[in-house]
Amino acid sequence: MTQNVSPPRDSTPKVSPAGEPPAWRAVLFRADVRTLSLLGVLAVLIVIGGITTPDQFLDTRNLQLVLTQASVIGVVTVGMTFVIISGGIDLSVGAIVALASVWATTVATQEYGFGGILFTAVIVGLGCGLVNGVLIAYGGMVPFIATLAMLASARGLALQITDGRTQIVTVDGVLDLGERDSYVLGVPPLVLVFAAVTVIGWLVLNRTTFGRRTVAVGGNAEAARLAGIDVRRQRLYLYLLSGLCCGIAAFLLIVLAGSGQNTNGNLYELDAIAAAIIGGTLLTGGRGTIVGSVLGVLIFTTITNIFALNNLQSDVQQIAKGAIIVAAVLVQRRTASTT
Amino acid sequence: MAPEPPLLSMSGITKSFPGVRALDGVDLDVQAGEVHCLLGQNGAGKSTLIKVLAGAHQPGSGTIRWRGEEVTLRSPIAAMRLGIATIYQELDLVEHLSVAENVHLGHEPTAAGFVVRGRAARSSAAALLERLGHPEIDPARLVGDLSAAQQQIVSMARALSHDVRLIVMDEPSAALDPDEVDNLFRIVGDLTADGVAVVYISHRLEEIRRIGDRVTVLKDGRAVAGGLPAKSTPTREVVALMTGRNVEYVFPERPAAPPDGVPVLTVEGLSRRGEFAPLDLQVRPGEIVGLAGLVGSGRSEILETVYGARRPDTGRVLVDGKPLRPGSVRAAVRAGLGLAPEERKAQALLMLESVTRNVSVSSMSRFARAGWIDRGAELGAARAAVRELSLRPDNPNVPVRTLSGGNQQKAVLARWLLRGCRVLLLDEPTRGVDVGARAELYAVVRRLADEGLAVLLVSSEVPEVLGLADRVLVLREGSVVHTAPARELDEHRVLDLVMEGSPAS
Repeated sequence: MTQNVSPPRDSTPKVSPAGEPPAWRAVLFRADVRTLSLLGVLAVLIVIGGITTPDQFLDTRNLQLVLTQASVIGVVTVGMTFVIISGGIDLSVGAIVALASVWATTVATQEYGFGGILFTAVIVGLGCGLVNGVLIAYGGMVPFIATLAMLASARGLALQITDGRTQIVTVDGVLDLGERDSYVLGVPPLVLVFAAVTVIGWLVLNRTTFGRRTVAVGGNAEAARLAGIDVRRQRLYLYLLSGLCCGIAAFLLIVLAGSGQNTNGNLYELDAIAAAIIGGTLLTGGRGTIVGSVLGVLIFTTITNIFALNNLQSDVQQIAKGAIIVAAVLVQRRTASTT
Repeated sequence: MAPEPPLLSMSGITKSFPGVRALDGVDLDVQAGEVHCLLGQNGAGKSTLIKVLAGAHQPGSGTIRWRGEEVTLRSPIAAMRLGIATIYQELDLVEHLSVAENVHLGHEPTAAGFVVRGRAARSSAAALLERLGHPEIDPARLVGDLSAAQQQIVSMARALSHDVRLIVMDEPSAALDPDEVDNLFRIVGDLTADGVAVVYISHRLEEIRRIGDRVTVLKDGRAVAGGLPAKSTPTREVVALMTGRNVEYVFPERPAAPPDGVPVLTVEGLSRRGEFAPLDLQVRPGEIVGLAGLVGSGRSEILETVYGARRPDTGRVLVDGKPLRPGSVRAAVRAGLGLAPEERKAQALLMLESVTRNVSVSSMSRFARAGWIDRGAELGAARAAVRELSLRPDNPNVPVRTLSGGNQQKAVLARWLLRGCRVLLLDEPTRGVDVGARAELYAVVRRLADEGLAVLLVSSEVPEVLGLADRVLVLREGSVVHTAPARELDEHRVLDLVMEGSPAS
């Protein structure tokens, strides 16, 4: 048989794949559209707030309050975004925030002062994340189940520690952080922490090998494994990261409330997941942005604020939130299918 | 008198999925009471065709006639109502339900319309199982507790619980022992004697010879031959149709002198139970070694085991004489192995990402300091790799999913080029690559070998192995049946070896 012939006998003309630069531009454009539409929603909300309760909503104190409230859930959402991009889920974030906040505010911990509280909150968060990560990455447990178990246990442990009592913080350094005196150019320190976590989260996701591996594991775990990525270790790190964010959020909550309670962080998992999803993170993994998630958090917090200022009950808020989640996902599905 | 119309007549069936034309105008005629065999390689469109027939997929165009009348199979239920039942390879049984419940799933005998009559269900299931020659299966047992062969019987009982005129069996013998296969064939014989038509899918030619009446061969979504006599068509002709050498490929020149360096890759006694027998092979720098064999001959499994993606039962893999940690992809990658897997989209590519990110994913740390990626350096390196392989478009920022199959494969190769890999494992490198782009891909592989890479190539396309490789190992059902320099083999010889496994005398 003649196979090693030199002149190409069947040289079909090369068909270049259609529309390469436009395809790239489309990706960019779409990312922009998503961010812009979220900003648009936020702008509409601000206008609504400004019209319905002009004196209260646009008041500096109110805006500071909104941002402060967004900070706690926002930090949790940054961690959650990483986990969801990797194709996982962390249902235990609210419970971890509760456990970390009560552990860090026990009488014994408070004796160590500011550092003791901060350190304990972070370590408890990391510890819970470690358990989640080991169970999921090396124990082969489904993230949903492992973190659901953590949710139950951490809440239980938090109740055991406090016996249902509110643990008042007496450490001045911690309480001072919540006072107006410590605002930097009118910005509460909690908001600065949130901003820092956001920026660091964005950098880690977009500029580091860690971020790339996260996206690769979520986009195609098998391909990531065959490309030589240690998928299991990456998963472990991701739940550690989520735990770390919960620890930080717990500290912020302690500052905000001046106490630790076992009911803290109730349903944070749902708020964080919802914020990530309306921010454009795929629940199946592989795609998501920190900016989108943070905008999602701001949108939710603003809605809550506007509803409260207009004396609308929380049931109406919940219904509105649900509607927004559905609308956001429908819009995204439409943009996704037009590629 | 007009001749009886065929029981089933599909014509011009097309079906496209995003980016793939799975069926490209398939015709299939099935007569009542015949065993009609469907042959074709993986990806030829067999599964898609039977899913169209089962009502699970809607065809893009084409007509389906049932007893001469045009029909639309809108759903699996519609197909079932006509009397078409499908037994999938992946058995679709509910493990936590009993045999009887599975058999009657969806059409349980009921009292007052909704109360399931358990005893009636059990007795009619028992009757069906008896008819199938397996009265020992207790209808009350959970399906999950049964063996694979017994589960298949249950699946068949379910098909027969409907008034069935046509049964599609997708590789029914794959999970069966020889005597169970005999029973299967007896059942098929009984069914056809009752006038039921059977569409039988198998890779095993000897089975098709035993029970088949006619054969339709699919390749690349087309029926390349319809209604061949199953018993008398020469093996060679069938295989030629399946592998379809309608195009003479152009292969690059081999180097004048065969490579004679120290082997970089050595495989010693590597095996996995039920997949492939102990295997020894060596690949030298600059050498392309090919593994030829049909689907099911253990080719992909061998490559994945060498690569550490599967853990071997025996044997070891050595790179430069140093054994690799078994079952560790990371160890293999660190030692300089790279795999271009068979299922590019599922196993290699990050479809949402750009070419750059796909290319750099295995060598990110090279562009990173303390985890911080120097994106300029990354882009530059990706661009260089893309240029070197003449990947088109040569802009590495485009999303990888917009590339053609051949260019996607080049992106995978570029990944390993960038990593500086020394042993390239290629699994079906031209699957999904159109003919024009193949020659170019062959040239790229040869050039990489000339630059000192060791290449282990697996392909079900015999001409590809013979044209590209220096040395060829012929596989049949997990064992090497012949080894020879590619120059000393021709396609017919290899086909005889892979299909019939005749001794290599």
